[in-house]
Amino acid sequence: MTKSFSRKGAKEKSKSPSQALSLRLCAFAGEILVRAILLEAREITVSYDHRIAVADLTLTLKQGEITAIIGPNGAGKSTLLRTLNGQIRQSSGAILLDGQPLERLNRRSISRRIAVVAQEAELRFPVTVLEFVLGGRFAWSTNTGWGWETERDLQVADAVLRETEMSELSGRLMNELSGGERQRALMARALATEAPILLLDEPTANLDLSHQATLLALVRSRCDRSEAAALVVTHDINLAAQFADHIFLMKNGRAVYSGTPEQVLQPEILQDVFEVRVLVDAHPVTGGPRVTPVHDRRS
Amino acid sequence: MITSSSSEMFVASPARQNRVTLRKTVISCALLAGALLLAIVLMSLIGSEQLPVRPSLCALASFGTTPCGLTRDQFDILFQIRLPRILLAAAVGGSLATAGAAYQALLRNPLAEPYLLGISNGAAVGTMIALIYFGTIEWTRPVLAFTGALLATFAVYRLARGRAGATPERLILAGVIVTTFLSSVIVFVTTLMDATRIRSFTFWLLGDLSGTSKSLLPIAITITVGGALALTLHARSLNLLMLGERDAFDLGVEVGRVRMVVFLVASLLVGSSVAASGSVGYVGLVVPHLARLSLGSDNRISIPAAALGGALFVIVADTVARTIIAPRELPVGAITALIGAPLFIYLLKRV
Repeated sequence: MTKSFSRKGAKEKSKSPSQALSLRLCAFAGEILVRAILLEAREITVSYDHRIAVADLTLTLKQGEITAIIGPNGAGKSTLLRTLNGQIRQSSGAILLDGQPLERLNRRSISRRIAVVAQEAELRFPVTVLEFVLGGRFAWSTNTGWGWETERDLQVADAVLRETEMSELSGRLMNELSGGERQRALMARALATEAPILLLDEPTANLDLSHQATLLALVRSRCDRSEAAALVVTHDINLAAQFADHIFLMKNGRAVYSGTPEQVLQPEILQDVFEVRVLVDAHPVTGGPRVTPVHDRRS
Repeated sequence: MITSSSSEMFVASPARQNRVTLRKTVISCALLAGALLLAIVLMSLIGSEQLPVRPSLCALASFGTTPCGLTRDQFDILFQIRLPRILLAAAVGGSLATAGAAYQALLRNPLAEPYLLGISNGAAVGTMIALIYFGTIEWTRPVLAFTGALLATFAVYRLARGRAGATPERLILAGVIVTTFLSSVIVFVTTLMDATRIRSFTFWLLGDLSGTSKSLLPIAITITVGGALALTLHARSLNLLMLGERDAFDLGVEVGRVRMVVFLVASLLVGSSVAASGSVGYVGLVVPHLARLSLGSDNRISIPAAALGGALFVIVADTVARTIIAPRELPVGAITALIGAPLFIYLLKRV
């Protein structure tokens, strides 16, 4: 059976009635042969801490697509993510959100379009899961200071808590949760923003196998259903191979290779970038590439 | 079927019911405001000079327009000495507690407090400079106190930010450094003064409401009310800043602007209260902590509740300070520190 978080091609084989509408929408999108570009980085260079962290990088996030960024530590993956969100300003090049330069948009309108899931610092105040998730509705409030959550905000929070299987935990305090539960709460909050662009920094880091699958299925269904785009920074090459439509391979701030998983995940390329011998074969279930590092014990 | 039953289950869920709402905030604040009013009336009857209860209440109810049978002296004690002092205590307490709550949210640190961070000392240095160089011009005191508080705030903030961000311990250490540095400045300035003023200065430094200045009272009250409102109006942004600056930024908070507003307003609050009464310590620690403990971490309720609770706390503490060894008086800061320091140790162990 095909896992639901596998890539588009694999998924369309297993039609279910509930997906009929979304498939028809996809077909319609296919007819005009253009997926709208949601976020675009054009030849951006980012200097950070007195060194070039991202160099001359071009990337587009299109509706319905998941893009994965992989690469060795210090390749500039997280810096790229934070630049795309406007947190770090690029020194040259342009970032376009819905065709508009990012720096011309105000913070709240960016946050209504881009949601981020990143590893965060510890919480030092008691906050319930529901309060935490409602934080995702901030950018939608008409009054950012003394505003109160509307009924719609609560409905959205209920829905994303159900989606992330967190409903029963909604009254618990965030700092009482396990690492995996907290990660799901972060995901729920990002989904609560209803932003069409999801930037995820190691979203599966604290998750067990089953919750990894649930989370990525969630990202996949967001991309399919509400025509969102996702960018995922991850160390897990095989996870990227399974769910991403595009893979960017970064090294020293540059996108050295990009393309479909089949194009990028080749032994020569990976050996060149990661400087470790790898074996690439076909995944027994999905048929996509599977990467195994080969450790030479003698050296 | 499944969705409807689960949503019904959710409506009844405690998380949703316990959430802070406008209703809950208004009710809590109304109750606190009532308690504050009651405290103002009751505490004005308590003191080394016994005032007759019924005529005093009658005179208070008429806002000082009719003496209601009080003697000239009694009337003056009530309206010229006690009431101004109580109102100033309310302003000082409200200011410090509000500033403490805002610093704690902004710096993500339950231990942040104007006195412990050295911000009160910054304001104290400013006030001393005003006293020495512009002794006759009273309004220079809050202005220079504000400037001193602001400079101290920036110094602590800069010192506390390491490469790994500001940890609670690092922030407190930065506060200790700024506090001791400014203390030595204060000692230096004090030694230049004549011996008779040193004693009153030492009292003032510990937080003393006995020298209530008539002309500073309206300024202090205005700043307290205005500052508490201004910070409450940023409460939702502060809720997200409490989770981390990066989180807040991602979710749409203009972090730089909110931080600047909090620094300015909190410095104004600390400056005006220190100029009026010296450094009353631990109010900004005790009161916001109690507010969060009883009402939750949501700043939309905890900031206004801290403002009202702080006023209440200092009024009661000052009444204790002026009656416990009557006719002599303790500085109110000694009482607040007596309650605050043990709580600080308790919090330090939990952070």
